[in-house]
Amino acid sequence: MKISTFFYTLRQGIINVFRNKWFTLASLATISACLFIFGIAYSLLVNFQHMVKTAEEGVSITVFYDEGLPQEEIDLIGAQIEARTEVSKVVFVSADEAWAEFSAELGEAAEGITENPLVNSANHEVYLNDVSAQAHLVKYIEQIEGVRKVNQSEFTANLFTGVNSLVTYVSIGMIAILLSVSVFLISNTVTIGISVRKEEITVMKYIGATDFFVRAPFVFEGMIIGLIGSALPLVLLYYIYEVALKFLAEKFAFLSSLLVTLPVWDVFVVLIPVSLVIGVGIGFFGSFFTVRKHLKV
Amino acid sequence: MAKDTKKKRKGSAEAEGEKYAICLEGVNKAYEDGVPALTDINLKIVPGEFVFIAGETGSGKSTLIKLLLRELKADSGSINVCGYDLMRIKRREVPKFRRNLGVVFQNFRLLKERNVYDNVAFAQRIIQKSERDIRKNVPSILSAVGLAGKYKAKPKQLSGGEQQRVALARALVNKPSILLADEPTGNLDPKNTTDIMHLLEKINQNGTTVVVVTHNREVVNLMQRRVVTLRKGVIVSDEEKGGYIDED
Repeated sequence: MKISTFFYTLRQGIINVFRNKWFTLASLATISACLFIFGIAYSLLVNFQHMVKTAEEGVSITVFYDEGLPQEEIDLIGAQIEARTEVSKVVFVSADEAWAEFSAELGEAAEGITENPLVNSANHEVYLNDVSAQAHLVKYIEQIEGVRKVNQSEFTANLFTGVNSLVTYVSIGMIAILLSVSVFLISNTVTIGISVRKEEITVMKYIGATDFFVRAPFVFEGMIIGLIGSALPLVLLYYIYEVALKFLAEKFAFLSSLLVTLPVWDVFVVLIPVSLVIGVGIGFFGSFFTVRKHLKV
Repeated sequence: MAKDTKKKRKGSAEAEGEKYAICLEGVNKAYEDGVPALTDINLKIVPGEFVFIAGETGSGKSTLIKLLLRELKADSGSINVCGYDLMRIKRREVPKFRRNLGVVFQNFRLLKERNVYDNVAFAQRIIQKSERDIRKNVPSILSAVGLAGKYKAKPKQLSGGEQQRVALARALVNKPSILLADEPTGNLDPKNTTDIMHLLEKINQNGTTVVVVTHNREVVNLMQRRVVTLRKGVIVSDEEKGGYIDED
């Protein structure tokens, strides 16, 4: 193939985008609408997952040690726990710190107590990457020599594990359904748009055009429409997302510890390539396979 | 306008077939439901001939055209066109083969969104002619068919006769050795019909083999050329300087 042929077919593809205005508009509207809905669903789901994850990370277990266990051994056990993959963070709380915190909570009731009643309460607060691993970790820590007691909230852990699974399944299900619907609608639009130009394809073939020569402008056209059709909702979503974040921060400041949203680029770093691949991919494959049906002349 | 080179393709009909522009021997073709469309067709057309394939609707003319364009493949027999054995040709070789043919249709089949110049230039772009050649060849062929002044017009801005001239220009711009015309005057008034037939005659005088498929009695009788008559898929007559044979 000559390079001039490549550029000629590319130019024809671009011309076709403008020449077949109604087909272009219908395809753009379909692709944009599908990917816009997909983008909203994706943004909501990843944010929800992020909120659950953040809340989950706040759940900790507390490890208490045998009476009189030397600080060096406590430190060693802390380091041993921190080395585990399911552990994200380990915080040491000395007996004095524990009492300071508790006495602050007690307020006036703590007045007059001169000696630390929590002298044996030096502990490690252990935070997990994945709360579903809590039971397994507790079992492990309880077996370590020198550990007196491990405090945990089994109910919270189980609740988060359940919510997490639910969110994951719902996310996968919704994204799969939305993607299938998008692929179906977009392919249909492309198919109809190309089928009405069957005559054009037939004429090209009669004149002696190769399959590549006939197909290339349609494929370029499909890819251009797919590219624009996926870029439009991304731009729109970007601004909507920013406005939504601002709105939440202003109006729901009191829920800031719960509504922990993701920064816009954390969402778009995935959404941009996925949307572009879907848009351009469907444009490419939709045109490629639809034209193929008409090439047998 | 005919090319003087012939493409070589191996096949049983090679030796015999290459003497002819078109050579069909013992060709049979049935429709999908098994009903015969063409039966035992033997037809030889030498380079530079002007031949009418005449017959009523349903006589097998369209099937014959499709076989010559390799849109369909015969069930049996041999077909050799421009040195290509159409019973053995590979699918990817078909576009190259078709570039040896110019084709015009009853309904012109122009690309509606493109102007006259682009419709004709399109045929040149397919064979990857340079823009320089295209700028030279297209105006030249448009002049030859009398449409030099209308190169910017879209097909719908032209009369039927003018559209058929564009189709002829497109068919001829690549200098084919054979021109296949499928009912070229079917949508034209008598004046345009006569003009187009004279144009075809001129094209033939320049060396191009012309095959006109028609059921237009007046046209066939006017031209006094070789007439091959088909009836129910069988050649019933093949006459030099023949006339149209009615079914009754």
